[in-house]
Amino acid sequence: MTNRFRTASGGRIDRAAPLSFRFDGQTYSGFAGDTLASALIANGVHLIGRSFKYHRPRGFLSAGSDEPNALVNVARDAARAAPNLRATQVELHEGLKAQSQNRWPSLSFDAGAVNDLASPFLPSGFYYKTFMWPAGAWKRFYEPKIRAMAGLGVAPELPDPDRYTQNHAHCDVLVVGAGPAGLAAALAAAESGAKVILCDEQAELGGSLLSEISATIEGQKATDWLAATLANLAGRDNVTLLPRTTAFGYFPHNLIALAERVTDHLATPGTALPRERLWQVRAREVVIAAGALERPLVFPDNDRPGVLLADSARTYANRYGAKVGERAVIFTACDAGYRAALDLKAAGVTISAIADLRAEVSGELPARALAAGIDVRPSTVLVGAKGRLRVSSAQLAKVKNGAVGPTETIACDSVLMSGGFTPSVHLFSQSRGKLVWDGAAGAYLPGTSVERERSAGACRGVHGLQRVLEDGYAQGEAAAKASRDHASPARGATPAPATPSRAFAANAEDLGSAGFIGATPHGRNPALAKAFVDWQNDVTSKDILLATREGMRSIEHVKRYTTTGMATDQGKTSNMNTLGIVSEALDTPVPKIGLTTFRPPFTPTTFGIFAGAARGDVFDPLRKTAIHDWAAEHGAAFEDVGNWKRAHYFPRAGEGGRMEDMHAAVARECKAVRASVGMFDASTLGKIEIVGPDAAEFMNRMYTNAWAKLEPGRLRYGVMLREDGFVMDDGVVGRMAADRFHVTTTTGGAPRVLAHMEDYLQTEWPDLDVWLTSTTEQWSVIAVQGPKAREVIAPLIEGIDLSKEAFPHMCVREGTILGVPTRLFSVSFTGELGFEINVPSTYGRAVWEAVYAAGERFGITPYGTETMHVLRAEKGYIIVGQETDGTATPDDANLGWAVGKAKKDFVGKRSLARDAMSAPDRRQLVGLKTTDPKVVLEEGAQIVADPSAPVPVPMLGFVTSSYHSAVLGRSIALAMVKGGRARIGQKLMVPMPTHAIEVEVVEPVFYDPKGERLNG
Amino acid sequence: MLIITCPWCGARPEVEFRYGGEAHIARPADPSALTDQEWADFLYNRTNPKGLHAERWRHIHGCGRYFNALRDTVSDFFVTTYKAGEPRPDIDASSGGNP
Repeated sequence: MTNRFRTASGGRIDRAAPLSFRFDGQTYSGFAGDTLASALIANGVHLIGRSFKYHRPRGFLSAGSDEPNALVNVARDAARAAPNLRATQVELHEGLKAQSQNRWPSLSFDAGAVNDLASPFLPSGFYYKTFMWPAGAWKRFYEPKIRAMAGLGVAPELPDPDRYTQNHAHCDVLVVGAGPAGLAAALAAAESGAKVILCDEQAELGGSLLSEISATIEGQKATDWLAATLANLAGRDNVTLLPRTTAFGYFPHNLIALAERVTDHLATPGTALPRERLWQVRAREVVIAAGALERPLVFPDNDRPGVLLADSARTYANRYGAKVGERAVIFTACDAGYRAALDLKAAGVTISAIADLRAEVSGELPARALAAGIDVRPSTVLVGAKGRLRVSSAQLAKVKNGAVGPTETIACDSVLMSGGFTPSVHLFSQSRGKLVWDGAAGAYLPGTSVERERSAGACRGVHGLQRVLEDGYAQGEAAAKASRDHASPARGATPAPATPSRAFAANAEDLGSAGFIGATPHGRNPALAKAFVDWQNDVTSKDILLATREGMRSIEHVKRYTTTGMATDQGKTSNMNTLGIVSEALDTPVPKIGLTTFRPPFTPTTFGIFAGAARGDVFDPLRKTAIHDWAAEHGAAFEDVGNWKRAHYFPRAGEGGRMEDMHAAVARECKAVRASVGMFDASTLGKIEIVGPDAAEFMNRMYTNAWAKLEPGRLRYGVMLREDGFVMDDGVVGRMAADRFHVTTTTGGAPRVLAHMEDYLQTEWPDLDVWLTSTTEQWSVIAVQGPKAREVIAPLIEGIDLSKEAFPHMCVREGTILGVPTRLFSVSFTGELGFEINVPSTYGRAVWEAVYAAGERFGITPYGTETMHVLRAEKGYIIVGQETDGTATPDDANLGWAVGKAKKDFVGKRSLARDAMSAPDRRQLVGLKTTDPKVVLEEGAQIVADPSAPVPVPMLGFVTSSYHSAVLGRSIALAMVKGGRARIGQKLMVPMPTHAIEVEVVEPVFYDPKGERLNG
Repeated sequence: MLIITCPWCGARPEVEFRYGGEAHIARPADPSALTDQEWADFLYNRTNPKGLHAERWRHIHGCGRYFNALRDTVSDFFVTTYKAGEPRPDIDASSGGNP
């Protein structure tokens, strides 16, 4: 297919490298160096999308990242598909496949366009008013329908197979934007020896210089100077050049986030490179050289395909050799329209007329346009444009004293508009710098800085190529100096206008700062004219006027009511015109209207770049015990407990070779422990070694229990409270020596408990001579539980007298097991005779296997966390965080016995003395037995006295633990119930959606209430 | 992401630290001597100022030490940091908060 709208020569495309690509199923050709937008324009394609709300046909508005209309889906395959890419930023490569969005069944015939006809019923805020009735219909009907109708791209359904990486970088000077100001800044900083990073969102560095055909710098063509400057920078070791890299976020202390697109522009990306790279740059100084964005004019029908920003049309012609049409009408409020007209005329486009909003038209560019024979009309506006899928004519009218005269229709296939340029202050504003309104420039400009940054060039209102270069150089030099001094306080200091430290000879048209904000007069029926302010969110000037009529005064309210500026382009082309319209409607100066906040990201950023490598198995750290692999080899099913993988149960092949389910496996494991012996990997328990002359005193203050009299070699169950008196953690503590404790914590509580202890030790009692060391991962813990436990381990242990008399329940002894040093606990979380063998974790698996082998003659059964839970619930042992929820006192949890009443103080003691903490109707731990022993209650279920009581039914408590007990042959449950201990023997009800379950309140110990089995 | 200066280790990124609440609230030496109201004040009531706030931070992924900081709650910037046990520096809000 021929490129009918390609210029004969020129541009930065490689005409020797033709590329074939597809858009909406049709094949087109372009050249290397094209964007998808420029290639389509060269093929005469302007219809690129449908608008968000009214489904109006839309074409390209701009040539850069500010593009609101041309959002496309680019897909390599079903998984590698990216929606909502701006076609103006998509680099063409061989075989590229792009699809338009938000249209059905096709782009040229879109059924959703009925919304455009219905637009009188869809004003701004319509969804706040229209869809209020009937109740509930919003969620069920309106919202899903509206979402289906008004949406942008569609996310791919397959997981993203691409790789994304994340870099951290440091530099002296980060320069954002590689236009003339940024290049000069980078040059100045680099020449002074500073470490410089220069990034730009475009594929090629150069910014506006890439669109220059006549400008000169230092006597060279601007593009030659650009090439030489880039070669100079690239040749320096202290400079990193990052094209295709968007500075999308400015975070505190000069942390700038850059998104580098690494492979999207390659026909065959390969696997060696990531698709994108996130750069987190910590820069000593930042130079923002973000340039300026051309403003559209707000006139009726300004959204027809073929209506573009004038300077973008110039970029398509000069940089890409793509003509936006054959015949153009230009509507301008500044000299940019004339510059575009002259360059397009040179490229072979007929300029039918220039309508200039200004009454006085003077200066070099208009003079040259007149000399070139272009029909220039001052005091003239466009009051409309015809052509549904492509503009076919423009209607011009004279404006005199605000009155719009008769219209004249001029045939054309493109309309180019320019309302002047808006400095791009997004990054400066993100850095929390204060913007100030500059009346002369008619723009918000960077004022007081907060971070160590400075703006340079057009983004701070400097215009004219020579001044921009000189400003860039001076700011780059100042930034480099500040980075060396490392003392310049940015806060409160407005960067003084830099004096040129190096003069540049440059010859280029200076557009000045003239322009227009607001909506231009049109004299048409305001109810029917659609003059767009925000193309992407389909907001017209009429919508904004409606918002002001309905009482919105703050720009923040206007924004939210109309959604102007809230689309993915964040109002890059619309913010200033919105302000202008509101300002006029309210007869209030622009700076009094305020300005909405610019937030990251500057342009949409992929989720992949934020996720980086943190996905799938490496999304979160995974913790495994030394015994994990043995459990896996023996068929364990695992569960996640915090970051730990814990063996949940060990299913075996049952009858007929079928694997047991959890219920069968747990029943078997429970019976084995009660009847003979089981073994359990308790290595995930938190462990803290507390050492020092004041260790016992510290323990006394941290735990409710009394520790002073605990003899070395003894264990004690400890309860830890927060200062507010509620149970925070529990665990068995061994006193290894007068000055040494081996503390265990819950699996999930280990870091929290250590931090809690460190807090008190460091900040309240720094006088105590105590050291705290986490030893969680240093010890493997093998619990051997059951009547045969002693017999299993006896042959393996050396140096410890295991006899009942010498080593009773709740003792700790040091010796060896198979020659490995051990701290052996006689402790039980099952109610059976039990031991916990602590060995260095490097020996964990070897000792585990030896114990397993030694236990074989007793049928030793490995069990998992589920069996552990059932066995402890049969004994009424609580789990902190399951029975307690951060509002339970020790007494609530039946742990009053563990509180050292005689102690003068401990963390939480004073809170326990408050009356409310001992009120008789507090929720207390009890057991529940269902009347029907087969029914297992649901954990979390509510408990009531009478389920038929009037709503709201008084809640008495809730079920905290519930299991089927194979040993007892019935269900058991633990619960927290108001005044529970006084209710023992009472019948209560557990209401479920279909029925209520009758339960009896019982003592929470279901098995061996006297505790006789603990001693074997 | 803020850079926070640990008085022991120097400047480090914010992710290495954990906030620890308002500073200079000493646990009473004899809690049992306090009324319920006095104890509740100690437990729950905080100043929540607009401007300079003395607060505790812990260099949890570094030296593990608690230290104190003066942070401007308006700008979110730290004005200074100092070791636990040292008095609050006599600084007013307008003098600091440099990034």
